[in-house]
Amino acid sequence: MKHVIETKEVAGSPNFHLTRFEKLVDWAVNQSRANSLWPMPFGTACCAIEFMATAASRYDLARFGMERQAFSPRQADVLICAGRLPFKLAPVIRRIYDQMPQPKWVISMGACASTGGIFDNYAMVQGIDTIVPVDVYVPGCPPRPEGLLYGILLLHKKIKGESLFDAVRRRDEQPLDEHGLRLSPAEIDEISEPFGNSVHQFRSA
Amino acid sequence: MNPTVEGLKATFGDAIGRAGVARDGLSVVVVRADRLRDVLRWLKDTPGQAYTYLVDITAVEYRDRERPLELVYQLRAMGRKTDLRVKVELDPQGELAVDSVTPLWAGANWLEREVYDMFGVVFAGHPDLRRILMWETYAEGYPLRKDFPLRGRFSRAEQVHQALNTNPEANYSLEELSIAEAYDGLPADMRERLRRGERGRVPESE
Repeated sequence: MKHVIETKEVAGSPNFHLTRFEKLVDWAVNQSRANSLWPMPFGTACCAIEFMATAASRYDLARFGMERQAFSPRQADVLICAGRLPFKLAPVIRRIYDQMPQPKWVISMGACASTGGIFDNYAMVQGIDTIVPVDVYVPGCPPRPEGLLYGILLLHKKIKGESLFDAVRRRDEQPLDEHGLRLSPAEIDEISEPFGNSVHQFRSA
Repeated sequence: MNPTVEGLKATFGDAIGRAGVARDGLSVVVVRADRLRDVLRWLKDTPGQAYTYLVDITAVEYRDRERPLELVYQLRAMGRKTDLRVKVELDPQGELAVDSVTPLWAGANWLEREVYDMFGVVFAGHPDLRRILMWETYAEGYPLRKDFPLRGRFSRAEQVHQALNTNPEANYSLEELSIAEAYDGLPADMRERLRRGERGRVPESE
């Protein structure tokens, strides 16, 4: 409540009350959104096991307003991609993302979802940010539940900084461009470039 | 050495190539490609042999370019608890073609599709020879061949572009979708595509 009360605008200016009102609305909306995120789990690999552990009683995702797992994208707020994503699943996750109503957020959980991980090969998407926009990347192989919880808290922080009125901080739909891509080909190639040990690896042997 | 190998040599003569025992103790016998289905049928149906279970079909391509591409059929006689490995040698530079064994084992259907998908071996007489792991429109080649680059032939941007423009539903046969009865109501292009594949026939009851 603190930042709503503190005032920087001069009281008496014509926009004073309107500005206060917008901030109050943003505060209320963002608190509601952040504290009742319904996750859509997209678990494809071992990260999904850690996600299940996070959701279960010991780490208890429900403490952060994620009590309800939405197994329908129509009722979900945050897509958690837990695990590697092959190219064959790329249109699937894109369609799930498109089916989610605004506002929606994406957490990329684990090394494979974020960068392709150790799977720098013909079958694997090198980072789901080439397919859908990602808000929080959780590193790890797989991340521990604490790591995922930290990522979720970072997402809370991000949501609380958003605004319905400020175009810069508003969430807009990000459709694919006319070529059916999210990023330009040059950006995708740059994101997907090999790094680390896989720079020297060209064949399977 | 598995005594079956002697039986094979006596029955099929020069269609049986070299035979030996692999490091895991299983007998391996190399068969000429054009007699493969006869040999496997004999192994399955001869009472004393009864290799009724086809465990796996796979293929091996060696880095040594002189060596042939090997097609591996792993068989098991369930009643006798005996295994046999049958191999067919194909020229990796030439046409990779061999008879399908789906008339013998219905389960060979997906195994052969996988070998076709990964190695490009064409199984003559297969009822539904489509890719099974990669999507149907995958155009980069056969990923497990030695001349296939690890990261694929296309750029990452092109791969993402092709993947995002794939229709996920287009990769299933009628049987997989369990909509065989809805066939007549489908759009014309889908009907045309499915006509190439199996129609999801229900086996007649005895």
